[in-house]
Amino acid sequence: MQHVAIADQVDELHDPTSFITKYIWSQDHKVIAIQYGSTAIFVGLIALALSGLMRLQLGFPDTFDFIDPSSYLQFVTMHGMIMVVYLLTALLLGGFGNYMIPLMCGARDMVFPYLNMLSFWFYFVSVLILLASFFVPGGPTGAGWTLYPPQAILNGTPGYDWGIILMLVSLAVFVIAFTMGGLNYVTTVLQARTSGMTLMRMPLTVWAIFVATILGLLAFPALLVSAIMMLLDKLIGTSFFMPALVSLGENLDYTGGSPVLFQHLFWFFGHPEVYIVALPAFGMVSDVISVHARKNIFGYRMMVWAIVAIGALSFVVWAHHMYVSVMHPAFGFFFATTTLIIAVPTAIKVYNWVLTLWKGNIHLTVPMLFAIGFIFTFTHGGLTGLFLGNVTIDLPLSDTYFVVAHFHMVMGVSPVMVLFAAIYHWYPLMTGRMLDEGLGKLHFWVTFLGTYAIYLPMHYLGFLGVPRRYFAMGTTDFIPASAQDLNASITIAALIVGAAQMIFIYNVIVSLRHGKKAGKNPWRATSLEWQTPDVPPHHGNWGPELPKVYRWAYDYSVPGAKDDFIPQTQPVLEGEQSEEAEAMRK
Amino acid sequence: MNIVVALLFLVIGSVVFHILSPWWMTPIASNWGTIDTTIDITLYITAVVFVAVNLFLAYCIYKYRYDPNKRAEYEPENKKLETWLTSITAIGVAAMLAPGLVVWADFVDVPEEAHPIEVMGEQWQWRFRLPGSDGILGEVDSRFVSEDNPFGISPNDDAGLDDVLIDNSELHLPLNKPVKVLLRSKDVLHDFAVPQFRVKMDLVPGTVSYVWFTPTREGKFDILCMELCGIAHYAMRGHVVVDNESNYNSWLEDQSTWADVQGIAPGDSIKGAAQYAVCSSCHGMNGEGNIAMNSPRIAGLPDWYIERQLAYYKQGIRGAHEKDIYGQQMAAMSNVLADDAAIRDVAAYIETLEPGRANPVLRGDATRGKSHYTSCGACHGAKGQGNFALQAPALAGQNDWYLKRQLEHFRLGIRGTHEDDNYGHQMVLMARSLQNEQSIDDLLAYLSGL
Repeated sequence: MQHVAIADQVDELHDPTSFITKYIWSQDHKVIAIQYGSTAIFVGLIALALSGLMRLQLGFPDTFDFIDPSSYLQFVTMHGMIMVVYLLTALLLGGFGNYMIPLMCGARDMVFPYLNMLSFWFYFVSVLILLASFFVPGGPTGAGWTLYPPQAILNGTPGYDWGIILMLVSLAVFVIAFTMGGLNYVTTVLQARTSGMTLMRMPLTVWAIFVATILGLLAFPALLVSAIMMLLDKLIGTSFFMPALVSLGENLDYTGGSPVLFQHLFWFFGHPEVYIVALPAFGMVSDVISVHARKNIFGYRMMVWAIVAIGALSFVVWAHHMYVSVMHPAFGFFFATTTLIIAVPTAIKVYNWVLTLWKGNIHLTVPMLFAIGFIFTFTHGGLTGLFLGNVTIDLPLSDTYFVVAHFHMVMGVSPVMVLFAAIYHWYPLMTGRMLDEGLGKLHFWVTFLGTYAIYLPMHYLGFLGVPRRYFAMGTTDFIPASAQDLNASITIAALIVGAAQMIFIYNVIVSLRHGKKAGKNPWRATSLEWQTPDVPPHHGNWGPELPKVYRWAYDYSVPGAKDDFIPQTQPVLEGEQSEEAEAMRK
Repeated sequence: MNIVVALLFLVIGSVVFHILSPWWMTPIASNWGTIDTTIDITLYITAVVFVAVNLFLAYCIYKYRYDPNKRAEYEPENKKLETWLTSITAIGVAAMLAPGLVVWADFVDVPEEAHPIEVMGEQWQWRFRLPGSDGILGEVDSRFVSEDNPFGISPNDDAGLDDVLIDNSELHLPLNKPVKVLLRSKDVLHDFAVPQFRVKMDLVPGTVSYVWFTPTREGKFDILCMELCGIAHYAMRGHVVVDNESNYNSWLEDQSTWADVQGIAPGDSIKGAAQYAVCSSCHGMNGEGNIAMNSPRIAGLPDWYIERQLAYYKQGIRGAHEKDIYGQQMAAMSNVLADDAAIRDVAAYIETLEPGRANPVLRGDATRGKSHYTSCGACHGAKGQGNFALQAPALAGQNDWYLKRQLEHFRLGIRGTHEDDNYGHQMVLMARSLQNEQSIDDLLAYLSGL
């Protein structure tokens, strides 16, 4: 742990002096986290607005003049890409990863602060390139967020010229940004933990972000190469993904490439990406539940191993996105089996969250409400995954609204529930003030009930066989007219949920100045980030001396202790009956 | 405690919604009932877990709600409980996976007696090819694709000569005979999906994929493309008609082979000139059209488009709607053409007429119209020049008042809703993205400037 020694030398710290070094070209992980987070939330709001436009068309077809088949596909594509990559990945890892890792590990900063700053600015540039595509001739790409060739780069798809090029360049820059950040997170967790912070004493937030980052470092290169290969196909006429074909009556010069190769590369990135988003959410929600239930997380070791197992398995399930994409038929057996196996560690995590509440002393705070909302929505979304992962059931349901409903529950609504839980939970640490509880509850109720009203009925559109990515259903023999009523009600729910997010934005902005003062450790939590000398923590986090850790992060309601929580920095007390004390006695 | 009530409400509500829901899988029409059974097994197992986990969650929140006089229990681990839960979960997962794998084994094992047919997808239409009497589909290659050979059948392979070509989007299949559908795409990814058959598979350019099933119910079912294939993806529709043996055979007899198609003599424009005399009374000597007669310019329109429209008028596919007054006139007029050969002749003559440009009579904002045209241009061409491959006629230079009426007819279902009007169906779907007269005028103002 050499870096601890280096970081411990106070005179190594160079406090930023000007506004620019403090807030713009900042190398402080906390400022970078806020930069990442606010940029991500900003683009997320754009993606939210796009989903509203999509829903208007689906709920009330033949009504809105400004939505045509091209722009509809552009909304769909940009909504999906922004939400998955530029919002969720950036906010969970760039935002929370940056903020939490050094504080929860007891480090002064990331081990490569300059690289960390570059990571944000590369991300920022990738966002600018992405948004630029709204203003180029032809507009942004409308190839679907999966960008499948050949259509992504051929006439007949919206934004097949400028739009797709900017999208691919933006993704490549994003991957560079992520790699710089990711190397930092992994190195910091491995090298910069403070004295006593063993791996098995780390909060699950750190464990989960750590494993998710490793997944990202292994998975994002597949996206990078596929983006570059498709750019070459588009710009200089290579044929990586392009077979000989006749496009709109014109024989093109491509020959011999494989569209399915792209899908393998894309999903080799794309499936781990689900867990790059889900694992940090798993970690953070574990900590939120534990703090607000005043109880240790149930089965900590099992939770750690489940994170590691899910991470490892996530690399051998990618082709379950491709059951009807034309693979060798035998792959179906393999990938259905691996996919359903991943349900076991995932189910264990769900049980353990619920068992953490069991015999707890539950404070129904806003973060806790969102955490409960997460358990419900994630259970629902996880269970519908058992339909789609099972290769046979995927035959009728693939590419229908069942898929849309499933992945929105499991990697849209659930991680967002955790993000809200996390923001309500850690906002006092970041700003020194509490978010307004009344507004928070209102925000929770509309979001929780509203999203379920959106996505539960949507599964049934999928059972009916309504295809996704259709501008309009028109008339068919098999879809009853009442399906349109369902669509209209989904749209109304979606617009209400979308509007409710403004309550949240208002709360975050107004509470910065007018929120109730939080004081130190308002939730009476044990983990290290709440034990800083100042709230919010100053540059360098810990004042002159680094904290020393004596126990895991979950000593809540320990028998024999005075308070119902014992901070990690607290040496073992006389008479306490924690695991740590037991171990010492032995 | 609201959250406890909410959880109970959502759990019970979900179950009730499911039971009362009129929205469920469309009745099956193939042998894949086993897929439905697999879904049922998964549904019951997951429903039990969903209800059990969330009711226990609600119970915990209620029972262990905050009480200042109490403390949570300190229990870091419970090995026994964890092992027990893991085992139960593993058994449940296996119970869902096993039937899935068994059915998949059937799905990938095509029966020997399954007869092959080919489904060809392209932006944004379906075509079909049957192997003919030799039972072999002739070789194809995208190099051979041309106006006269849309299927790209190789001239070097005699096995292709007796292939039956179905140059429209309706496929017939015999009842209770297993079929192996070979899937081929000319351009981008598509997906052959018939919800009543349950199975679906992508079409991938550069390779031939397949899917097999046995139709078990007579009827007409929608074919939908379920892999995003561009702007008109949602309008890429077709039908499959499952017939009993005698109906199937009589349908089959009406279809043409590749040899038949090649044997058709091209239209003769000199003969056509004589036939055109009748047309000229309304459409003008030079096919320039006549607004007073409500007759559009037809000069220079491609022969394939004129042929199809005349055939549609004759067969009552176009001009049969009670609100299509001018179409009804045209349907009556089309009967002066005795047969297909006469249609081909007159179409060949019309193609030779000098197109010229019609004068615009409508007013609109061309700048706004440009954005509306993006979706139209995908088929009709960026310059409105038309595209044979998409069966999209040229629009540039056409009378704007005529196009306006047609767009309105498509939008209102006066044109394009006849079940045999394959391309009209697409226009019905596309025209509905224009919501009002102003949008149509704007669009046409842009088109007049092309």
